[in-house]
Amino acid sequence: MINGIRRIGSRGIETIWRGGSLARFFWLVLLNSGMSFRRLHLTVREIYFAGVMSLVIIMVSGLFIGMVLGLQGFETLQKYGAEETMGVLVALSLVRELGPVVTALLFASRAGSAITAEIGLMKATEQLKAMDMMAIDPIARVVAPRFWAGVISMPILAALFSAMGIFGGYIVAVAVVGIDPGVFWANMQSAVDFRYDILNGIIKSIAFGIAVSVIATFEGFDADPTAEGVSRATTRTVVSSALTVLALDLILTAFMIRGL
Amino acid sequence: MPTLLTNAATPASKDNFVEINNVDFGYGKRLILKGITMAVPKGKLVAIMGGSGCGKTTLLRLIGGQLKPSSGTVKVAGQVVADLNRQQLYALRRKMSMLFQFGALFTDMSVFDNIAFQLREHTDLPEDMIRDLVLMKLNAVGLRGTAKLYPAELSGGMARRVALARAVTLDPELIMYDEPFAGLDPISLAAVGNTIRRLNDALGATSIVVTHDVVESLQIVDYLYFVADGKIVGQGTPDEIRASTEPFVKQFVHAEMDGPVPFHYPAPKYADDLGLQLPTAGAAQ
Repeated sequence: MINGIRRIGSRGIETIWRGGSLARFFWLVLLNSGMSFRRLHLTVREIYFAGVMSLVIIMVSGLFIGMVLGLQGFETLQKYGAEETMGVLVALSLVRELGPVVTALLFASRAGSAITAEIGLMKATEQLKAMDMMAIDPIARVVAPRFWAGVISMPILAALFSAMGIFGGYIVAVAVVGIDPGVFWANMQSAVDFRYDILNGIIKSIAFGIAVSVIATFEGFDADPTAEGVSRATTRTVVSSALTVLALDLILTAFMIRGL
Repeated sequence: MPTLLTNAATPASKDNFVEINNVDFGYGKRLILKGITMAVPKGKLVAIMGGSGCGKTTLLRLIGGQLKPSSGTVKVAGQVVADLNRQQLYALRRKMSMLFQFGALFTDMSVFDNIAFQLREHTDLPEDMIRDLVLMKLNAVGLRGTAKLYPAELSGGMARRVALARAVTLDPELIMYDEPFAGLDPISLAAVGNTIRRLNDALGATSIVVTHDVVESLQIVDYLYFVADGKIVGQGTPDEIRASTEPFVKQFVHAEMDGPVPFHYPAPKYADDLGLQLPTAGAAQ
């Protein structure tokens, strides 16, 4: 019983400790971000690895999710004779929620885990220490460009995800269900608001980009310098990112809905 | 010309590039280094030797400012390393370089880019001049032909020599080598040892080699320190070390299996561990 309480206390202290370390790390990344913009090619290179290399999984997932949304939406909407609003359902679901959230989850799995593994292995093979001994700050040279690449890539990927999803919904609506294309687009256009729907989605995806990128880089930088340590850090990145994104989504949505 | 030390005292001297005075270092209550005092004169090649886990690499980390001593001072180029802020420490580190045990080459860069890395980060030299400098450094370690290869395509010995070339890119005043001979075949080992000596003399640098390779070290270094159990247990020139009767140094240099460093790690009685009962005189009858 006492041991159980001790273990809970110990886990609690460790969690708070890691939270503090992550906040301090985030602050250091922001302080050392100058190089990422002065030498933009460092960040552009990371955007290629984190963003461009994630395009396939993001676009294919977006297409399929949009098609599934179309089919599911049709089944429900036709009961009320409202199948012509399918475009609205697909677009609002994607732009407000699924686009930013699913993109963040996929990004954490595809790029976040890769960033953690790369930085963790650099630590395990003493590359970060070597850089530090060369009087080059690894946070400025290695971490910050990857962080900003994630932050910049995420809204673009989320936008592409939503665009592909809407296209998937369009295929189902027009080619399978037989809704008039003009009606599909016109309903969507009149129902989707730039300020409350699209801009809020962009804000969400930027927040998720910051969260996933800081978690991925922190876990790599903090990983035990062993094969097992890097493996554990990679798993932690995916799990922590997913939970953080979902929690953040709830908080942001609550604020945005209230704003309506 | 600076005089090498022949006893444990370390008088402060402007001829010393590195001075370590009465340094303790430990993790928590466990002390790794206890009252270490040593000096490395300018221009000399000094070896720090000892068994695995005796604190040799920790000493290098203290000199490089990656760790801070629990007590005592580490001075490099006249500056107390632990007192420097990050900017001052980075300024000092630009005068030194370190060869890591497994090279620590950047795996996402070619050999050429690895060597060019510091030149691009710390200087504004034009790319054609960087190219010439990189090829000169690679030629000095005999690996100009590997410029386009990636670290994964190099053998262990070649990677170590590339790391050596990278370590001297900016002509540092102090070069630290962490186990540069570990895991090398005899040819690579001789090549690396010879290159360390040549680079030290050609650059007029001060070098510290942490190693447990006695044979190679005695051939190339000017002075040796022996560390055991966190303390300096012996020191001297290669000739003094060869003739030393100090038990640890003698065991280490002559590779004796038993001595002050026992063959067996402390353990319960062998028979007890195996669960054997030795026969008593009465039972035997």
